[in-house]
Amino acid sequence: MSKNILIIGAGSAIAAATARLYAEQHCRLYLTARNEEHLALQKEDLLLRGAVEVNYSLLDANSFDEHDAILERAAETLGRIDIVLICHGSLPDQSKCEADFQLALQEINTNAVSVISLVTRIANRFVAQRSGCIAVVTSVAGDRGRQSNYVYGSAKGMVSIFLQGLRGRLLRSNVQVVDIRPGFVDTPMTAAFAKGPLWSSPKQIAQSIVRGILHKRHTVYAPGYWRIIMFVVRSIPEIIFKRLKF
Amino acid sequence: MKLQSWGRFPTVDGTLHTPGSMQEMRSLLQPQSTFNGIARGLGRSYGDSALADQVIRSTRLDHFQGFNPETGMLRCSAGTSLADILRHFAPQGWFLPVLPGTRFVTVGGAIASDVHGKNHHLDGTFGTHIDSLRLMLANGDIVECSRISNPRLFHATCGGMGLTGIIVDATLHLVRVPGSAVMQKTLRAESLEDVMALFEANAESTYSVAWIDCLARGSAMGRSLLYLGDHAHDNRFSAPRQGRLTVPVSAPSLLLNRHTMHLFNSLYFKRPIKASERIEPGSYFFPLDGISNWNRLYGKKGFLQYQFVVPTQGAQQAIAKVLQRTSTAGKGSFLSVLKKFGAGNNNLLSFPMHGYTLAMDFKWERNLFPLLDELDAIVLDHGGRLYLAKDARMSEQSFKRGYPRWEEFASIRAEYQADTRFNSLQSRRLGL
Repeated sequence: MSKNILIIGAGSAIAAATARLYAEQHCRLYLTARNEEHLALQKEDLLLRGAVEVNYSLLDANSFDEHDAILERAAETLGRIDIVLICHGSLPDQSKCEADFQLALQEINTNAVSVISLVTRIANRFVAQRSGCIAVVTSVAGDRGRQSNYVYGSAKGMVSIFLQGLRGRLLRSNVQVVDIRPGFVDTPMTAAFAKGPLWSSPKQIAQSIVRGILHKRHTVYAPGYWRIIMFVVRSIPEIIFKRLKF
Repeated sequence: MKLQSWGRFPTVDGTLHTPGSMQEMRSLLQPQSTFNGIARGLGRSYGDSALADQVIRSTRLDHFQGFNPETGMLRCSAGTSLADILRHFAPQGWFLPVLPGTRFVTVGGAIASDVHGKNHHLDGTFGTHIDSLRLMLANGDIVECSRISNPRLFHATCGGMGLTGIIVDATLHLVRVPGSAVMQKTLRAESLEDVMALFEANAESTYSVAWIDCLARGSAMGRSLLYLGDHAHDNRFSAPRQGRLTVPVSAPSLLLNRHTMHLFNSLYFKRPIKASERIEPGSYFFPLDGISNWNRLYGKKGFLQYQFVVPTQGAQQAIAKVLQRTSTAGKGSFLSVLKKFGAGNNNLLSFPMHGYTLAMDFKWERNLFPLLDELDAIVLDHGGRLYLAKDARMSEQSFKRGYPRWEEFASIRAEYQADTRFNSLQSRRLGL
């Protein structure tokens, strides 16, 4: 069960919860995030929870020119990388992005372009390796453009479509591509929202991620009932949907 | 957002901060900040001790920081839950020396309430097994507290309900056990006098707790089932198992009334009991954890937990008076628990004292508060007091009468300016 796992955006609540589950499975972990103090804390914690080895590097995912070096370092440290989990992201202020393109661009970079930069390089590495699993946390928001969050939704949607195409290309190289779509999750990113019954904990999402990767799923809605909700959301005719305020 | 604790009463509109790092927490307390509120863990206190306009939730700071397998000393962030500790360390043969009735509490919360378990008469409170802790003060500074370093602050903080500062991490002792499961002996007691005699006669059992029928009257008053336990000596170790049941929505409050409770109590008391059986740790220590959100059974209005302790001398009369008063009022619950306590400790606001403690759930309804005021008078007249972690309505006078060291506590608070930053709805009500 012991795998070598690279987690990008390890400071995210979902990533942190997933890292713990993999630590319990005695995996070897390589983490990247922006906060060194937190990475050091996570390392000790993961080792105590059963991880065989934990290393880390600082990375701001928007520094595209550092992507190659980080992957090189992770590969050297871990040996062969089995799973890459990409979890970084941010929740844009939709109304501010509507007024200011530069802000919208920054959010699209963070949520889509930086992911694509990483995934492109990892994909090529895995093709050469002829094995591996690329798992990316996107969002149910990417399933359809909604009035209230379409900057976020379109960025995540872009990643989902990219992964879809990549999946086909990588099939013959024995590489899995997993698109993880959480619904509403109680994390620092959503601190401003009132929580209700449809809200999940990072730990629940982490469990979906680990299961999805294990069972080689292509698209994982987390929790599973979001698959049904989004099916309905996608089915609503545009003539009606465009009038909905959510 | 709406905040409430386990009893779902009261509800306040407050701001919840969940810092992800020490820096974030410190920035909430910088000199220019207007923060005035309280820390919160997993919200298992029943009343308003973790409620305020501003609440700092510790749950993202839940890291294990170091463990010494020779000594069993574990250092962890205060937001770590006891459930998490058990999940990792119980399968390796370790255990927590003191466990409250639920494992879904944080280390910080367990220290702040100085929680007790079913083995208080032998092993004391949670604070007894804390080696040291680090506390963030009102000005954002972090100090180390222990019985040697800043001892006054240490004894104020253990049981201090978060009112001295925010506990950031702690070093606690885990203990080796011969097996995680518990060999349980069940004894039936026909009356209050009977169960108290049985507690005394079985004092050498590690764990003891009695479910008491608080609606029974006359000669059957205080009839109980006493559960004694000791760890199994079978070298089998496991963590408490996850429950699968949940109460998904609030039950209509009609469901729990005098008649249904009376019926339940009668059936439960008469049920066939096994003299001795092996119980999984989850079921023995945390029977209610198996049902998620069991507090919803009491309906939307919630309920009030009432737990008091009275000293051994006169305990029987005091408890008899309380039971009499409760059953005549027709109010009561099917989750009433009687435990025997050992000696109290040096923590200024720690609840246990040498005697007996009774915990009852009351459905929130009319005439409840006046009844509880009457019970307060009985308890205080007998030299007892109420448990702050469960209290939602005790008066300032009742508190100060029951906790004579409150003045020392208040002066330590003032000394560290904790009173300028750390206040809960409860502390304001109690005049702290």
